[in-house]
Amino acid sequence: MNQMKNFTKGFLKENPVFVLLLGMCPTLGVTSSAINGMGMGLATTFVLVMANFVVSLVKSGIPDKVRIPSFIVIIATFVTIVQLTMQAYLPSLYESLGLFIPLIVVNCIVLGRAEAFASKNTVWSSIVDGLGMGLGFTFALTLLGAVREFLGSGKVFGLTIYPEHYGSLIFVLAPGAFIALGYLIALINKLKKA
Amino acid sequence: MQYIIIIISAIFVNNIVLAQFLGICPFLGVSKKTSTAIGMAGAVAFVMTLATIVTYLIQYNILVPLNVAYLQTISFILVIAALVQLVEIILKKVSPALYQALGVFLPLITTNCAILGVAILTIQKDFNLMEGVVYAISTAIGFGLALVIFAGLREHLDLMNVPKGLKGTPIALITAGILAMAFMGFSGIV
Repeated sequence: MNQMKNFTKGFLKENPVFVLLLGMCPTLGVTSSAINGMGMGLATTFVLVMANFVVSLVKSGIPDKVRIPSFIVIIATFVTIVQLTMQAYLPSLYESLGLFIPLIVVNCIVLGRAEAFASKNTVWSSIVDGLGMGLGFTFALTLLGAVREFLGSGKVFGLTIYPEHYGSLIFVLAPGAFIALGYLIALINKLKKA
Repeated sequence: MQYIIIIISAIFVNNIVLAQFLGICPFLGVSKKTSTAIGMAGAVAFVMTLATIVTYLIQYNILVPLNVAYLQTISFILVIAALVQLVEIILKKVSPALYQALGVFLPLITTNCAILGVAILTIQKDFNLMEGVVYAISTAIGFGLALVIFAGLREHLDLMNVPKGLKGTPIALITAGILAMAFMGFSGIV
């Protein structure tokens, strides 16, 4: 029961993007299409789960004073793994996510969960927490990516819904990211109150 | 001439916040008052320039000769974290006045992705050290410009009659979107 709550809180109640407003840079930067958002979300999920796992394993061995630098090294290790794996097997996704892959290191969600959750809880619940938060992040990015792709080019996941020239290009460009996210957060606030 | 292109492009055309989406957290977090926005912009400019110089030297004097370029991410973030600590300690001793002004913002800067982003971009764009420094300074100016304009807008926004559902973050994001649209007008200059 408790684990279930741990897992599901990341989706709506404590959604990292829509509620906690963490990790905004990749959220806005890579969501020009649904597939990019999903790829970024899954890469972050992997880093989150692995970092939470390792941090909760070694937490008793790390002196309190150097815990933040140690967490950063652990996170950076997994980010490098993701970076090299993606470069080898998914080169086109790697190209389109570009700079934002190495920047997972400074994504506040990952360090935030390591510090706030994994350094205080057991291994198993840290993994569940990482997975829940990561999938919540993936959900938010995919949703924002799908909305922007739909409004901007009339497609969702590359499937044409309506002809491209009816779309408003602005939603695929930078300003559209801010505007679409603003309205999505307003909508989520409304849903949460209801 | 190439310096002028780098400067214009980093400040206006490819503005770090509004076109490249780096450093959004401080952009949304410390933009409620113009005075704090200016403090943050100063701290970022200082650390960004220093971090770019140090990471540049590390990349070409340690990582490349030893053939371990894949350690870039891990070594850069450690160096930046250490550097921020160092700047804080030195500033406290040498210039208490400057520390007073920038102090509270310094710990926040370690996780500001704009710093690591600019350090990596400098390497990716094959800049030499001088170009890298110019690029870092003008990026920081672009960041400060966006931050201060946005803070001014938000101060006005507090007095406006905003629809209930859009209060707070949503209206701030939409305002940022319109600001980004204005900055798009610069594209094509360079």
